[in-house]
Formats: sequence, C-alpha cells, structure tokens
Amino acid sequence: MSSSAHTSERIVIEIGGLPLSFRARDDQFLAMLERRYANFLSNRSDSLVEVIVTVAASRSAPNDDPLEVRRRGEEWTIRRGDFCASWNASTGRAHLRQSLNPWSCDTVLRVIHSLLLSDRRGFLLHAASAVVDDRAYIFSGVSGAGKSTILSLAPADVIRLTDEISYIRKIDDRYCGFGTPFTGELNTPGVNAAAPIKGLYFLVQGPVNRIVPLSPASAARRLMRNLLFFAGETAQGAQVLESVGDFVSSVPACELTFRPEPEVWDLFA
Amino acid sequence: MKDTYIRRSADTAARRIGDETMVLAVADSTLFSLNETASVLWEAADGTTPLRTIVENQIVAGFAVDSETAYRDALELVAELGRRGILEVADQPLEERPK
Repeated sequence: MSSSAHTSERIVIEIGGLPLSFRARDDQFLAMLERRYANFLSNRSDSLVEVIVTVAASRSAPNDDPLEVRRRGEEWTIRRGDFCASWNASTGRAHLRQSLNPWSCDTVLRVIHSLLLSDRRGFLLHAASAVVDDRAYIFSGVSGAGKSTILSLAPADVIRLTDEISYIRKIDDRYCGFGTPFTGELNTPGVNAAAPIKGLYFLVQGPVNRIVPLSPASAARRLMRNLLFFAGETAQGAQVLESVGDFVSSVPACELTFRPEPEVWDLFA
Repeated sequence: MKDTYIRRSADTAARRIGDETMVLAVADSTLFSLNETASVLWEAADGTTPLRTIVENQIVAGFAVDSETAYRDALELVAELGRRGILEVADQPLEERPK
C-alpha cells in the first residue's frame, strides 16, 4: 500500500474514520509521511480534504510563534512561523507550504481534524487513551499530569490509542475513542483502533489510587480546559459546546488520583 | 428610577449542563460557568425586559430571597458579566438580534 501511494504522489491518512489526502511532488516528503503515519495510511478514495503540499526551503522547526487559525467565509487560514496553509471547507481543497519537516503537517492535521469534528459530534482532547476489554478509557490532563506515565504503566494487552491527543467522535449514538498518530513523551504513534468509551478520567498524581465521580458540569469545565479548539467563531463554538455537553451527559467522568505504579490499571480490569 | 437592560453578547455560545450554564466567549475561548440564579438571568437576557422585572418574576418568585437583595446582587452580577464581555448592559432597551 505504501509504495503505490508513493508512486501516485498521493497519500491518504485516515484518522477517526475521516480520510485526508496529501499530494506532493517531493519523494522525501511523501516517504516521511509514510513513515510517520504508517499505521494510519488508507486506500480510501473519498477524502474529505485534499491537501496540496509545496515543499519549500523555509524555517523547519516550530518555535514559539503562535498558531493562527482564521476563517473568512468557507476559507480557513492556518498559519505558524514554519508553515502556511489554506483550506476551503466547501471544496475540500487545501494548500500547504512547508519545509521538509514532520511537525508542520502534523499541526495542520490536528487543526483540520478538530474543525471537521466540530460538526460531527466530536473533538480532540489533550488526553491519553487506551482500550481494555473492547472499551476505551480516556485519561485527560495538561502537560505533566501523567498522560504518558499512565499509558507507560499499562499491561501488555492494553491497546494504546494515544499518549497525547485523544480523538473522540459519536458513532451510532455512542461516543468512541480512536487511535491517533499524535505522540507525546512516549514518541510512539497510537494503534489504529477504536472502541466505545467507558469513561473519562481527569488525571492527578498522588499517594493513593482513587476515583471520584464528577458532575456533568464539573466534567464539562475540566474538559473544555483540555480541548483542542482553534477557531474564534460563534457557530463553531456552539457546536463544540453542544458536543461537550452531550458527551458529559452520556459518558461517566471522574477524577483519577493515581500512584505512578502498574497497580493503577487494576481499577480498569 | 432608571431601568437596566441586558442582552447576551453575540460572540458567545451557551449550553445548559446540569444546574449550570456554560458560556463560551468564542473570541478567546474563555469559558464561564453560571450558577442557577445567574443562569436564570442569562436565559432572560433578551435586551428588552427590564432587569427589575426579570428579578421580580424569576428570581424572587423562584428563590428564597427578598426583592432588594436579589436586585442588588443581580446588578453586581450583570456588571461583572458585562465587564467580561459576555453580556451587554444598557439603561435602555437593546434591539432584538436577528435569529
């Protein structure tokens, strides 16, 4: 699959069941995408977004430049010091100009997926997630809360969906967690799998393992703090808030205080 | 005595979750959480109903609080929400916004 995608100058990356294609006339860039997103390559021909990439000599590494996401009509502009992209949400056509580096297109993928999810009852969340007995568990927290730590403590038979960005989407009246290639400290892409979500856990590290249920309102407040939400636009804000409200009303949410030892996973056995 | 009128800012999104109303200021993604009485004011903030009427009909009637205390608290709250940019506060009716 990877070699055919390469020779056609087009690679389809499918995350959360939503395929996006990247087109470029640069073998090195396409090979880089194939390696980085190996678990998420797809043969689907119904891409929601086609990204035409121009690989140019420009600043390669993201620095402290802020990420800008703006909308004018159907046209989105996504810009940071290391890349510039535009996306027409109506035609599905996007253009990305970046250097040969993996971070720029990774950011563009996150932004476009977050925007696509906003009207599909879904969102991206700063959270690790894993599947135990066909049910997904979402562990949310800011940097340093223990997302990578809790995943690194998981038994071998636990399916690791991500240690950094969880992909949450409602499918057939059930919220599901999907694997993502977006990596945190573990620097390992997630498994391309999905499962209905059993629970959302906000991480706190402490001396004992303890689970405290949260009210939907409390869960919503915490969830919104950890959400990847890029657009300053009212209709989209309303959609995201609606999804969050629906999610916390249908998925149990708790605060999980945990000792960084493997026994914490006994809580999910 | 001058009346006060309040209207929800256009650049907000809101949703009731449990007993609270979550209000998202979209421009900077700030989230406000309104308690039950603040939620009542938010829901009634149509720009045309005087604040005193809202307080009398919905706060005093629904919660165990006297009229003057409720109105004073409401004035403080709407001033704060006005400063935060999620509520418009005026001393005359505000035009209804097209839906």
